[in-house]
Amino acid sequence: MRGGSHRGRSAGRGAAAACASAVALLAAACGGGGGGTGADAVLSSSWGDPQNPLEPANTNEVQGGKVLDMIFRNLKKYDPRTGEAQDMLAERIETSDSRNFRITVKDGWRFSNGEPVTARSFVDAWNYGASLRNNQKNAYFFQYIEGYDRTHPESGAQSADTLSGLEVVDDRTFTVALSQKFSTFPDTLGYNAYAPLPRAFFDDHDAWVAKPIGNGPYQVESYAKGAQMSLRKWDGYRGPDKARNGGVDLKVYTDNATAYNDLMSGNLDLVDDIPASQLKNAPADLGDRYVTTPAGILQTLAFPFYDPAWNKPGTEKVRKGLSMAIDRAQITETIFQKTRTPATDWTSPVLGEDGGFREGFCGEACEYRPEEARKLIEEGGGLPGGQVRITFNADTGSHRDWVEAVCNSINRVMGQGKACVPQPVGTFADYRNRIGDRKMPGPFRAGWQMDYPLIQNFLQPLHYTDASSNDGKWSDEEFDDWVDKANAESDTGRAVENFLKAEAVVRDRMAAIPLWYQNGSAGYSERLSDVALNPFSVPVYDRIKVA
Amino acid sequence: MGRYVIRRLLQMIPVFAGATLLIFLMVNVMGDPVAGLCGERACDPATAARLKAEFGLDQPVWKQYLTYMGNVLTGDFGTAFNGQEVTELMGTAFPVTVRLTLVAILFEVVIGIALGVVTGLRRGRPADTGVLVATLVVISVPTFVTGLLLQLLLGVKWGWTDPSVSSEAAFGELVVPGLVLASVSLAYVTRLTRTSIAENRRSDYVRTAVAKGLPRRRVVTRHLLRNSLIPVVTFIGTDIGALMGGAIVTERIFNIHGVGYQLYQGILRQNTQTVVGFVTVLVLVFLVANLVVDLLYAVLDPRIRYA
Amino acid sequence: MPDTRRTHPGPEPEAGGRRPGERLPGGPPPGDHPTGDRPRGNRPDDGPDARDGAIAGTGFGGSMDLAADEGRTLEDDPGPDGGGPSGRPRSLWSDAWRDLRRNPVFVVSALLILFLVLIALRPTLLASGDPLDCDLARAQEGSRPGHPFGFNGQGCDVYTRTVHGARTSVTVGVCATLGVTLLGSVLGGLAGFFGGLWDALLSRLTDVFFAIPVVLGGLVLLSVVTSNSVWPVIGFMVLLGWPQISRISRGAVITAKQHDYVQAARALGASGPRMLLRHIAPNAIAPVIVVATIALGTYIALEATLSYLGVGLKPPTVSWGIDISSASPYIRNAPHMLLWPAGALAVTVLAFIMLGDAVRDALDPKLR
Repeated sequence: MRGGSHRGRSAGRGAAAACASAVALLAAACGGGGGGTGADAVLSSSWGDPQNPLEPANTNEVQGGKVLDMIFRNLKKYDPRTGEAQDMLAERIETSDSRNFRITVKDGWRFSNGEPVTARSFVDAWNYGASLRNNQKNAYFFQYIEGYDRTHPESGAQSADTLSGLEVVDDRTFTVALSQKFSTFPDTLGYNAYAPLPRAFFDDHDAWVAKPIGNGPYQVESYAKGAQMSLRKWDGYRGPDKARNGGVDLKVYTDNATAYNDLMSGNLDLVDDIPASQLKNAPADLGDRYVTTPAGILQTLAFPFYDPAWNKPGTEKVRKGLSMAIDRAQITETIFQKTRTPATDWTSPVLGEDGGFREGFCGEACEYRPEEARKLIEEGGGLPGGQVRITFNADTGSHRDWVEAVCNSINRVMGQGKACVPQPVGTFADYRNRIGDRKMPGPFRAGWQMDYPLIQNFLQPLHYTDASSNDGKWSDEEFDDWVDKANAESDTGRAVENFLKAEAVVRDRMAAIPLWYQNGSAGYSERLSDVALNPFSVPVYDRIKVA
Repeated sequence: MGRYVIRRLLQMIPVFAGATLLIFLMVNVMGDPVAGLCGERACDPATAARLKAEFGLDQPVWKQYLTYMGNVLTGDFGTAFNGQEVTELMGTAFPVTVRLTLVAILFEVVIGIALGVVTGLRRGRPADTGVLVATLVVISVPTFVTGLLLQLLLGVKWGWTDPSVSSEAAFGELVVPGLVLASVSLAYVTRLTRTSIAENRRSDYVRTAVAKGLPRRRVVTRHLLRNSLIPVVTFIGTDIGALMGGAIVTERIFNIHGVGYQLYQGILRQNTQTVVGFVTVLVLVFLVANLVVDLLYAVLDPRIRYA
Repeated sequence: MPDTRRTHPGPEPEAGGRRPGERLPGGPPPGDHPTGDRPRGNRPDDGPDARDGAIAGTGFGGSMDLAADEGRTLEDDPGPDGGGPSGRPRSLWSDAWRDLRRNPVFVVSALLILFLVLIALRPTLLASGDPLDCDLARAQEGSRPGHPFGFNGQGCDVYTRTVHGARTSVTVGVCATLGVTLLGSVLGGLAGFFGGLWDALLSRLTDVFFAIPVVLGGLVLLSVVTSNSVWPVIGFMVLLGWPQISRISRGAVITAKQHDYVQAARALGASGPRMLLRHIAPNAIAPVIVVATIALGTYIALEATLSYLGVGLKPPTVSWGIDISSASPYIRNAPHMLLWPAGALAVTVLAFIMLGDAVRDALDPKLR
């Protein structure tokens, strides 16, 4: 009775599939590649049942995001290799004050039902997403737009149906007014929640949900819920990233181990989530048909700062000591077969130097130093209660394995078998409930998968006072100030500098222990070539060639 | 007998109500399912409140239960969190699971009873010991491993079968999963049959049957086996429900989107509508299976009679 | 179902079920059903002619008073002439014990169980290491001097963990099995023995318990438990496990109570409890023993399932179930991680199956 599949449960899943840029990641050397009817051939790929209906502003997990990536193109698109935000439907996004934006949509884009993509397609979609009555789980992506407090009040009924900050100027132009300065706002527009929607979505919603219509390189041919979705290349697609294959059949698998075996026996072309237990075998089984690519995912241990035992002065020494007691290199090598990399900062390498990633930012606090770890913990007053319990949800993924390994590592450092014990919680919902009720007895698992590749996305939602994913309820004025300053900064370089200063506050207080950066891992059949994963660990489907 | 069956059918009503209420309460006790819907962040309170209202979770539990049962009686089992009708989910899951269960029970009946008879007649011989060893293996190696190994060997290495079952899930594809699913029950059936056979073998009526010159085969099948089947039939009767609702591991390994898998997902996501709907149907299956078993007692041993 | 019912003559000379242990005289009781024109088993119809006589040839105490009964025997025994106790009044149970002591199977299994109990109580006798001392650098390594069974996925010594896991696993297996068997066989036995309203009530109660999925039950009932002892887990297994044994023992009692010697005892005025304990129980116990001994192994495995769900025993508890379940996904790379804890589980189950077999044989007088 294994737990759920390894599907990520991170907040948002960014959009992005391939753009015009070359995918140089993979020297595809597959037997029997190329030639024949390659451009029309269809590949099959593993999939998990999406948790929510496939509305763009309602999809907050990887599996639904995968489909939206294929059937939608947004104003921006993240480069599948570098993660850089590039214009897709946006012709121009202009601002003079980082608050009011004037967006011009490119001409000639259409939805696959023939309807043109206009400024109104965006404004209607965003209004829909921000309106409380539509129960959209990604509504908070619109929270910086003027009027959000009326369409989506924190309590009570909404007093407006549309965001006052959105205005259609003409067919191809609309303006966005934000309630505060947010210089990197245009770069967030590659996220799925900001996708344009055709009129069909509003006119016959049920039919749309049953068979979504978008403006991307693929269109949905058929969708059997819980079993399979068949996507086919849309010949009318005018974008630069036309599909290089005939289509993709997404097959729902109950377990990624089964998908892996299906791949090995030739029943499946692409598995984008290799089970942890097979990572050791994958290079031998698949040879160069095994891809592992850094993704914007950071695993951390958060702390219950609402518990005075973890919030006294001096406890930052205990937290730092714990961090130094974790042998990240050994764990990532043994448990994850190097598909994860020891973390040395609180962001992700996919951001790049320019984006704010600084290797070694954490310093020796993220290195394995048993002696100093023990000393620091003692100086900080010892482990609260003499024992730490690391809480995690047991129903998904391989959390159990690494939590156990982290605890064993701490136990070895402390020289006793019960200094750290894993504390499983049965279901994800129960886990979230306990976090919400502030009932964590000690450090707990916190995973973060970026919505868009910006340093802001790694810091603000997790560490800003009362932010939505600030599960430990950490609060620090200095950090908040730096973030506010960074958001108000119109120059990206200077904004990043300010974010780094905020990150330094996180580092000095050890607000959360960074564990490791995560890779996406995929394997594919001999029929395929040019397979790559983007920084969101989603395969770049449109680039894949089928022999 | 007609009256007996009618009485048993009437007894199903309180059991049905009791079981659904129990399951309903249990899923509710698990807490607030909405918290698990927003990924790695807290749902914003307004949306959470709206979602709760939409799923009826803001009502008191008794009211939720009454509304739910009212809907169930009109054939409306509600909607899962992903917007799919529960009846639709059941429509795809139950046929597959019923086929899988049939295959598994067939294995239990054919292989289990055959091995049981053989070992019961040859207690202590190599065949008996061999089956005992197989039994121990089946009990101590988890289904997960047997399933995975069979999948790896038959599906990947030798290519005799497909590693996974397609969404049609025809009988032919379900042979290997059915065997894996039946494996532990096979151990029970074999040993139950073996014990009964060994016990009844020395009965007077068997000796008589042998003495009066009946062929051995006839003695075994007509006299010995039939008398020995009551515990086996009872066991299989209790096993049907477990096979249908509890095939979580087997269904996951072989990618079968059946009842066990859907129920497990429903429970993990605390989806009351899915869980109660599926369990409701399973309860009916238990009740009917138990009734059939009780009626079979009378067939196997005609001195048992129902009125 | 009278009209479809097959004729069943009353007890005949060869009718089975009379056990020497019941001290019935060997002589054939007079058959009071002349339709039985040739010897046959007491249960099966053994030929086409058995379909004759569409009307049930009931004994006295026949169908009239059965109307309210559920699963009651049709054939009542002819009566006192069926025989009565004679010979030395030695109890079946003391007979059984005498037999057991001489049975090598019993001796071997008892020694094995004693050994298991010993290492459960004092694991350090066999393994002096610390089962929680794990060095990830040695993960999945095979056998080497000082570490005969190799290391598991976390780099813990498999030998030490297997020895130390005995305590939890044997406790869970034995206690859960005992609890389930006691509760199940008492409730099932009563339902089968009394029939009627009792049966209806108890059987429907089992139906309700059957309906609870293990995963749901575990997540709901065990997630509120904060203690990390084995007792809540055992309690949970008993709560969800008894219906199965209950059904089995009910069926066995229904079968056993229509044997001639039971009817004879009843006719002789034996009290209900006496009949149940002395006459029915020894003859109904075999299937219960079989199911219980196998279930013992599955409970040890179920403990791991519950742990896996995050609601059972939590680390740092060491148990075979937990080790088996964490080794399972790595069967391709490191089968030794699975082999030893699974082997220990197999030996335990073997010991109890042998014990069960020996006890059953001892209780079955026909085998004497």
